[in-house]
Amino acid sequence: MRLVIRHNADTVADYIAEYIKERINQFKPTDDRPFVIGLPTGSSPIGVYKRLVQLYNDGHLSFKNVVSFNMDEYVGLPRDHPESYHSFMWSHLFKHIDIPPENVNILNGNADDLQAECERYEAKIQSYGGIELFMGGIGPDGHIAFNEPGSSLQSRTRVKTLAYETIIANARFFGGDVSKVPKLALTVGVGTVMDAREVVVIITGANKAIALAKCIEEGVNHMWTVSAIQTHPRSLVVCDDDATLELHVKTVRYFKSIEQVQDEMIGRENLGLYGQVAGPLKYKAIPSGN
Amino acid sequence: MTTSSSSGGIITQFYNCVVLKDHRLVDDYVYVQDGKIIDPAKMFFDERRAPDVRIDCGGGIVAPGYIDVQINGAFGYDFSNDTDIIDEAVDNVSKGLLMQGCTAYCPTTVSSRPEVYKQVLDHLGPRAGSVERGAEVLGAHVEGPFISPQKKGAHELATLRTAEGGLEAFDECYGLDRLRRNVAYVTMAPEVSGVLESIPRLIAATGIRIAAGHSNATTAEATQALAGGASMITHLFNAMHPFHQRDPGVIGLLGASGTTRPFYGIICDGVHVHPHSVMIAYRAHPDGACLVTDAMAAQSLPNGVYKLGEMDVDVHDGNVYIQGTNTIAGAVITLAECVRNFARFTGASKVEALESATLHPAQMLGITGRKGVLAHGADADIIVLDHELNVQRIFVAGKEATRENVVYKNKL
Repeated sequence: MRLVIRHNADTVADYIAEYIKERINQFKPTDDRPFVIGLPTGSSPIGVYKRLVQLYNDGHLSFKNVVSFNMDEYVGLPRDHPESYHSFMWSHLFKHIDIPPENVNILNGNADDLQAECERYEAKIQSYGGIELFMGGIGPDGHIAFNEPGSSLQSRTRVKTLAYETIIANARFFGGDVSKVPKLALTVGVGTVMDAREVVVIITGANKAIALAKCIEEGVNHMWTVSAIQTHPRSLVVCDDDATLELHVKTVRYFKSIEQVQDEMIGRENLGLYGQVAGPLKYKAIPSGN
Repeated sequence: MTTSSSSGGIITQFYNCVVLKDHRLVDDYVYVQDGKIIDPAKMFFDERRAPDVRIDCGGGIVAPGYIDVQINGAFGYDFSNDTDIIDEAVDNVSKGLLMQGCTAYCPTTVSSRPEVYKQVLDHLGPRAGSVERGAEVLGAHVEGPFISPQKKGAHELATLRTAEGGLEAFDECYGLDRLRRNVAYVTMAPEVSGVLESIPRLIAATGIRIAAGHSNATTAEATQALAGGASMITHLFNAMHPFHQRDPGVIGLLGASGTTRPFYGIICDGVHVHPHSVMIAYRAHPDGACLVTDAMAAQSLPNGVYKLGEMDVDVHDGNVYIQGTNTIAGAVITLAECVRNFARFTGASKVEALESATLHPAQMLGITGRKGVLAHGADADIIVLDHELNVQRIFVAGKEATRENVVYKNKL
């Protein structure tokens, strides 16, 4: 796992958007070989989407050959409800970019047969050969998508009952009325996310600090479902200073030192996207200590 | 990549713009299909379609097309006088107005004899807008003849009438059926005998709207007209008795409390109404302002002598007088100029200025389901403006109006 620490939510969003742009462009997606991305909703990704739109507007990025799968959607909420995740994705990302509508996948929370809808979704992901990069946010309780504490780390796309805390937290989007918050959602499973070839998690703000510490400094635990990334071969967590408040000083210094050492000894220009040395290893000379 | 659906015609997206929506200018897009503004999320998620055509608005403002609810004529044509060539008049004025950014209007007649109404009203009824036909006709605005002789303005005294006979008097003058079919609203003076009692019955019988104007009514009479269903004041300050603190007359309705205040037409050419008066009206009742041109045949014509109704008028440097007098007879301004003037006179925001020529007139006529807004399902009558409120591009029923595809002529 890589942990990249940036100063604040803005610089975190800059980093992730730039990263995704590079990943898509280096992938050189085509009609036959699209870049398949998993996308979250919520407050964390808004800044990332804003910057992706800017990159698109400036001509640095196209979504023509990108296929998207969203993480989750409420059950029983009309698609055009302002709080539906369809509406969220439409207003924050899709309406601004050139992604073909047929490339966009969001779970249908109004399907007659919800179970069948979930199975269809998994099969559709498989039909594209899986997800190349899954971007996610994280709840204060460490949940990813609607995989609430206690969700199986092997879980697949399914109907999920929302945790009471999640319902209370989401009431602010429904006029403060808890009774109006949908109690069920369709969500990809932890296993679905972890099957992606790469997982990128955004964690910003002091209210996520405990979750970050639980997910990366303690054991893999279904009560903090994002902790599953510890066993993922290619995962990236990007957080801001505030989110590190509960981490050990040692942890923060270590991950900061990685970037520092890379910068000083290898040079940013020689680094690949994953932090690997691009091309033949050519360390900068270490000044002799005489 | 496949286009999975082909339902409906081509979809046009307006982008790189701020959109007048919900009383704000928002960074957004507007989508148009088959002459209507459509819900793009529905297009995207249900029909799986993307826009076929994209229109770069150059960072400008996208607003509903302007609506002029009081215009007597333009380009040499006069709706009250050109009775024998009324269709030609409507055709050319509709197209000419369209090219000024006015996508819908109420052709207005001055007080006339019953035979004139019989002749022209059937030609001034609702008519859809298009590039081929010009601005939409929303139905006529019939000004008079049940108005005050003291406040007749440029209307001919001999044509004025009273309404002692109630509904029958109106039937005899216009024909109730003709009102029902062709007329958006009628301006009358509440104090004219028989008018006040007839207002609710006339509304019930025909569905038209009633404006108070050319009136010497006291505030008490005007308030009664309001209670009876009148919802508009015609060209505020003009042809009504001046504001007096003990009895502010029709103008006083702007200060009414405990009731829905009326809309008011106001001419923002800087001549008919002093800019300070415009400011006072705006400050008193910003949501009621309906900018109107009250333009006459000479609008967009050079200086000279022209006919308005059955009278000769003299146009000189943007002013129009009854020939040989100092009586103002109408205006020659465009609605686009009125909007800019209104913003300048009052310091109103761009949103307020634009809404005063779009949303408010549509509310006054009760047509906000399709006009004066950029809501989904509304007619795609759209103007693109720069931030100084100059009209840059004009679309009616979803199609762009240009010098090439909209051809019209002046009468003279």
